[in-house]
Amino acid sequence: MSTLSPTLDQAGHGGHGHHAEPHPLSLLYALPSFSRDHKVIGLQFLITTLLMLMVGGLLALGVRWQLAFPWQRMPILGDWIYAAQGGQIAPEAYTMLVTMHATVMIFLVIIPILAGAFGNLLIPLQIGADDMAFPTLNMLSYWFVWPAIIAFAFALGLGPEWLTGVAGPGAGSAQGWTSYPLLSALSEAAPGSGMAQTWWLIGLTFIGFSSMMGSVNYLTTIINMRAPGMTLFRMPLTIWAMFITAILQAFALPVLTAAGFMLVFDRLPFSVHSCFFIPSGVVVNNAAATVGGGQPLLWQHLFWFYSHPAVYIMLLPAMGMVSDMLSCMSRKPIFGYKPMVYSMAAIAGLGFIVWGHHMFTSGMNPALGMTFMVSTIMIALPSAIKTFNWLGTMWGGRLQFNTVMLNCIAFVSLFVVGGLSGIFMAAVPVDIYIHDTYFIVAHFHYVLFGATLFGVFGAIHFWFPKMFGRLMNETLGKLHFLLTFIGFNCTFYPMHMLGVAGFPRRYADPYHFPYLEHLLPLNQFVTCAALLMGFAQFILLFNFFSSMFIGKRCGRNPWHANGLEWTAPSPPGHGNFDVPPVVYHGPYEYSSPLCGDKDYLPQTEYVPLPQRQAVAKAGYGH
Amino acid sequence: MAGRLWTLFFMFAAVLAVVVFWMAPDLGWWFPGDGRAHTPLGQKIDDLFYLILTITGLTFVGVQIALGYVLWRGAAAGQDPQAKSVFSHGSHTLEVIWTIVPAGILLFIALYQMDVWAHYRVKTLFPKKLEPVAEVTARQFEWRIRYPARGKKLQPTPQPDDLYTVNDLRVPAGRPVSISLRTEDVQHSFFVPELRVKQDAVPGLVIPVWFEVTDVGTYELACAELCGWGHYKMKARVKAESAADFEAWKTQAAREQFDDGYRPPADGE
Repeated sequence: MSTLSPTLDQAGHGGHGHHAEPHPLSLLYALPSFSRDHKVIGLQFLITTLLMLMVGGLLALGVRWQLAFPWQRMPILGDWIYAAQGGQIAPEAYTMLVTMHATVMIFLVIIPILAGAFGNLLIPLQIGADDMAFPTLNMLSYWFVWPAIIAFAFALGLGPEWLTGVAGPGAGSAQGWTSYPLLSALSEAAPGSGMAQTWWLIGLTFIGFSSMMGSVNYLTTIINMRAPGMTLFRMPLTIWAMFITAILQAFALPVLTAAGFMLVFDRLPFSVHSCFFIPSGVVVNNAAATVGGGQPLLWQHLFWFYSHPAVYIMLLPAMGMVSDMLSCMSRKPIFGYKPMVYSMAAIAGLGFIVWGHHMFTSGMNPALGMTFMVSTIMIALPSAIKTFNWLGTMWGGRLQFNTVMLNCIAFVSLFVVGGLSGIFMAAVPVDIYIHDTYFIVAHFHYVLFGATLFGVFGAIHFWFPKMFGRLMNETLGKLHFLLTFIGFNCTFYPMHMLGVAGFPRRYADPYHFPYLEHLLPLNQFVTCAALLMGFAQFILLFNFFSSMFIGKRCGRNPWHANGLEWTAPSPPGHGNFDVPPVVYHGPYEYSSPLCGDKDYLPQTEYVPLPQRQAVAKAGYGH
Repeated sequence: MAGRLWTLFFMFAAVLAVVVFWMAPDLGWWFPGDGRAHTPLGQKIDDLFYLILTITGLTFVGVQIALGYVLWRGAAAGQDPQAKSVFSHGSHTLEVIWTIVPAGILLFIALYQMDVWAHYRVKTLFPKKLEPVAEVTARQFEWRIRYPARGKKLQPTPQPDDLYTVNDLRVPAGRPVSISLRTEDVQHSFFVPELRVKQDAVPGLVIPVWFEVTDVGTYELACAELCGWGHYKMKARVKAESAADFEAWKTQAAREQFDDGYRPPADGE
C-alpha cells in the first residue's frame, strides 16, 4: 500500500495544490461569506451561539428578577421594554421569558454549539479529512439557523404586531419549551398562543432542518472520510460522541418535526382543520367548544421521544471533548477507551426508551411508569462508568492546572451532582412530589450548564489556538472560570432545596402561597449569584475576541497533543493538511515508553514494529 | 502550588455542598409545613427520598474524595519536571467492579420502589374501587369542585342536588378518598405539597386520584403544570375534616346553596 507512506508530491492531489500558511485571521475574515469550508462554518456557529448565549442569559435574568423582586420595576431594561406596565414584568411576559429562555438556550445555544460549532470544526480535522462529505449541505445547515432565529424573535414578540399577534415582548410565545397542547394548540388559551406560537413552531422546524443536514453530513463524513489507518477504535472520543449524537439526531428528530407539523395543522384555521391533539368539548376562555377526538398526551409522547434523546445530544459531544482534553492535560492515555465508547453507545440506546419519565404524573397508563422507571434508572449506569473512567484518567497523571483542565474538572464534578439528582426523579414515587418543582430545574441545569457548558468553555480554550494560531489569555480564562463556577453553584445548588420545599416551576409570583413565603430571601440570593454568573460571561467574550488579535502566538501544537488536528497549520488552510495524514496509533498515547524524549506520541508518528512489540510485551498493551 | 490550591477549591465546594444540604431542614429549606407528609403514601415517598438521598449522598462524598485524591496527587506530579505520568490504558478488573457494583445498587433502587408505585397507582384501590367524594375540574385559573348530595353517589354528569365550591376541596380525613380530576380547558396539575399528591388534569380525560389524609387540617393546593399566564394564581385549599364534620358541612352547604332567600313573614296574614 503505497498510500500508507505519504510523500510531498501526493500533497498536490485533490485540488489543494498550494499550502502556504494561511493568514492567522483567515477564518474570521471569511465569516460574513457563504463559505463551504467546515472551519469557517464551525466558527460561524460558534460566534452565533455565543451571542445567543448572552441573549438566553438575559432572558434568564428577567426570570430571576421577577422571582427575587416580584412585581417590582425592573432596572435598566424594564422602563424600556415594559414601559406600558410601569417597568414590571407582567405574568404573560414572565411565562414568555421562561419559554424563550429555554428555547434559545436549547435550540440556539447548546445543540448548535456542540454539533454545529465543534462538530464542524473538529470532525474533518480529527479524522484527517480535507473537509466534510457534503460541504454545501454543511453551509446550508448554518444558514438555516438564521430563519430559525428570526422566527424565534417573532415568537418572542419582536416584530410588527400584525405579524407576531402580540404587542412587543410583553407577551409572546408562552407555552413552555415543551409546548404542551392545548395551551399551544388553541389560540384563545393565552396571549402568546396566537401567531407567536405558530412562529415558535416554524422556528423549531428550521432548527430541525439545520440539525438534520448536519447529522447526515457527520455520519457520512465519519464513516467514509477517515484518513488511512484511522480505524474506528483509533478515533478520538470526540468523534465517537459526534457520531453517536448524529445517529440520535437522525433517528429522533423526524418525530419532532412530524409532531410540529401536526400541531401546526391543528392550529391554523385555514388549513386542514385536523385535531391530532384537540379533544372535543373543550371550552377555552369562553370560546366555542372544540370539535375533535384528539389526545393531548400524544404530543407529550412524540415530543419527548425526540426531546429525551435530545438531552443526550446536548451532553454526549461535551463528554467526548472533555475526554480528549482530560487525557491531554493529565498527560495520560484515556482510562478505559472501549468502555467509554460502549457506555456512550449504551446511553444513546437507552436514551430512546426512557422518554416516559417526563410523563409519570401525566395520566398515561400508570403501569408504563414501571418500565420507564427501570430503563431510566439503568441509564445512570453508563454515566457512572464514564465518571469513574474520567477519574481513572486523571489518576497518576501529571495534571496541568490550566483553564482547560479546570473547566474539565468542573465538568466531572458537576456532572456527578446532575447525575445523582436524576435518580430522585427516575424514582416514580419520589417524582410524584418533585415533578415540575425547582428540583428538576436544578437537575437539568447541573447537566446542561454544569456539565455541557463547562465542557464547552474548556473546549473553546483548548481549540482556540487551532482556529487563530494564538492562545487565549490564561489569567482571564481562570478568572472567568472562577466566577462562573462560584456563580453557577450559588445559582443552581439552592434550587435543589427549593424543589424539596415544593417550589413549583414557571410561577410568576409563588410567594402568595403561604408555604413558599419564607423562600423569598433564598431566591434573592440565587438571583444575585445569577447576575455574577451573567457578568462573568463578558470576560469570556472579551478574552475570546481580544485573543484573536493580541493572544500569545503559538505553533501548531501548543498543548503537545496527539490528535491529527494538531499536525495541521493553525488555522488550517483550505484542505486542512499539508500532506494527507496517515494514522499509526490511537489518539491517547501520552507518556508511552514509545514517546522517546517527549511525553506524547502524535497519531501520525511512525514507530517501527519491533519497538511496539517490545512495549506490548512489557505489559503496556491495550 | 496553584494545582493544590485549585484542589482545595474544588474540595471546599464539595464540603460546602454537603454542609448546606445537612443544614437545609434547620434553615427551613425543606419539605413544606411541619416537614411531615400527611398521607401514608407521602410518608413512603419521604422514606424513599431519604433512602435515595443517603445512597446518592454517600456516592457524592466517595466520588469527591476520589477526585480530591487524584487532583492532589496529580498537582504535585504536574509541578515536578522529573515526574512521568502512569502509562495505563485502563484496568479490566476495575471496569468490571465499577460496572457491577453501581448496577446492583441501581437495580436495588429500581426494584425496591416498585411496590410503592404499584400500591399507589396500579393495584390497591385503583382505579374504581373507591367512590369518588368529589369531581375536581380545573380551569383557567381556578378549581371548581362538585360534590354529590349527602347520601348520594357522584354521577358523571351534574345533578340538580349537587353541591359546589370553588378553590375549596373538602374531604373526610382518616380514610382513603378518591376524586375525579378533570379540566375544562388546557392542561393543569393537581398538586398538594403536604400530601405529596400530584396528578395532571388532561383535556378529554377523567382521572381518578386517591389519597388518605391522616390528620385533620388545611393543606394548600397548587397547579403544577403551566396553564397560561395565570398559572401561579391557582391557589386553593384541601380541607380534611373528621367524617362527622364532613357530613355536617355538607348539610350546611346544601342549606346555604339552595336557600333562595325567601323567609315567610313573622306574623302570617
